[in-house]
Amino acid sequence: MPQNIQYRLGKSKAFKGFIIFLSVLCTLPLFLILIYILKEGFTKINWHFLVNLPKPVGETGGGIANALIGSLLIVFYAAIIAIPFGIMGGIYLSENKKSRLSYWCRLSVDVLQGTPSIVVGIVIYFWIVKPLGTFSALSGSIALAIMMLPIVVRSTEETLKLLPSTLKEAGLALGLPYHKVILRIILPCGFSGVLSGIILAVARIAGETAPLLFTAFGNPYFSTNILKPMQSLPLLIFNYATSPYDEWHDLAWGAALILLIWVLLLNIITKITTRRWKIQF
Amino acid sequence: MENTILKAIDFDAYFGENHVVKKINMEIPKNNVVAVMGPSGCGKTTFLRCINRMHELIEGATTKGKMMLNNEDVYGMHPIFVRHKIGMVFQRPNPFPNLSIYDNVIAGYKLNGMKIAKRDKDIIVEQSLQKAALWNEVKDSLHKKGTFLSGGQQQRLCIARAIAMEPEVLLLDEPTSALDPISTSNIEVLLHELKNNYTIIIVTHNMQQAGRVSDKTAFFYMGELIEYDITKNMFTNPQDKRTQNYITGRFS
Repeated sequence: MPQNIQYRLGKSKAFKGFIIFLSVLCTLPLFLILIYILKEGFTKINWHFLVNLPKPVGETGGGIANALIGSLLIVFYAAIIAIPFGIMGGIYLSENKKSRLSYWCRLSVDVLQGTPSIVVGIVIYFWIVKPLGTFSALSGSIALAIMMLPIVVRSTEETLKLLPSTLKEAGLALGLPYHKVILRIILPCGFSGVLSGIILAVARIAGETAPLLFTAFGNPYFSTNILKPMQSLPLLIFNYATSPYDEWHDLAWGAALILLIWVLLLNIITKITTRRWKIQF
Repeated sequence: MENTILKAIDFDAYFGENHVVKKINMEIPKNNVVAVMGPSGCGKTTFLRCINRMHELIEGATTKGKMMLNNEDVYGMHPIFVRHKIGMVFQRPNPFPNLSIYDNVIAGYKLNGMKIAKRDKDIIVEQSLQKAALWNEVKDSLHKKGTFLSGGQQQRLCIARAIAMEPEVLLLDEPTSALDPISTSNIEVLLHELKNNYTIIIVTHNMQQAGRVSDKTAFFYMGELIEYDITKNMFTNPQDKRTQNYITGRFS
């Protein structure tokens, strides 16, 4: 029955067209956002913008140096806190698939991943900011570390789980102690996956605003003291974009573009590292 | 017997409730190649993995009985020592993919934290690769990753890695089942050389291979050691009906 076949082929074609159309729709939001931010932010970015501090209201110019350095520092400390815990937790989960501890660990990590960031912020406020009596970059880093932790744990776990078990057996059969097998063989073999998980997590927390509102708080001046309030890009965007001043709006647009470029770069680096350091079996 | 290196006494192995290796009594003479054959699921690989205590790494796996290495019970020693003395080569070549050929061979020393001079390392690497008949093929690419080698070469690299530790016994778990015929015959020739220095126990599916490489052969069936004899006798004059059936291909 040729017409019937024609009809079915037509249906297949329509379906194919439909998925292509939808995947184009999926890429569209990023491009629209990118174009819009580029249009608004590009003209604001120049050398002065990157190295100067914000000017008081009424003066033109000024930059976001304090927020840029602040963001780098806060995210850096968050990563330092989260990475060791995350990798160790991931190793435990990949090694112990069925133990009671791994069940609870996996569950709590998953729930943590879904916890609203504002909740993390407010909890850290009560745990750290209040007892210490001051907003601080450190408390912001801790809040971000908590946001980062589940991503690192799960990506480490998933990466290591995919490695063949014969690898571990080869090490143990050579009489290597367990910790050497894990640290010198298993972890290096999964290095690209673990690293890309970390980079993605860093990209993810770089733009988090809510956990920093009651912790790092923001600071109009330049500060590198992690025990004092510190400015960061998302906070600067939040504060300046909601202000009534055009000069501040300009700073916010520029900062938004910088933040977007940061995330974009980290994602590209992830793609490159996974390709470069992929271990061939 | 004076030249017995390894002796299993009433040895049992279990996976949970599953009794997979039953009351094995077996003596392995020094500097021999002993083949262990039998149909799938007969417990031969499990038995092999009991010898260097790899069996117990699987959850729920337990053992009973004694495994004497030079009159010392393997199950009374620390597993790490046992595995220094008893090397193992697996079914699929598994060189460490993150290490170079050189580092793969020396891994047993390096990752065990044994400090040795660069010169001694070079000697160990060269000798081990030579014994594994791989030196000539890789001597110019020692610092390349081991995974660039062919399957057969990788397997010989794994043998080199195992013998670099100077073990007394070498366990081979179907070492050629993932290899092509040429690589297989390379490894079989190699086993003949190796038995001058090591005692070799090889698990194999392949009867012809058992016949070609071994001095003595053990036949396992349903977890039991049915027959264990000089290979020639075993193939020409099997005592047990089941051995005879297996050798003549009546079941596999």
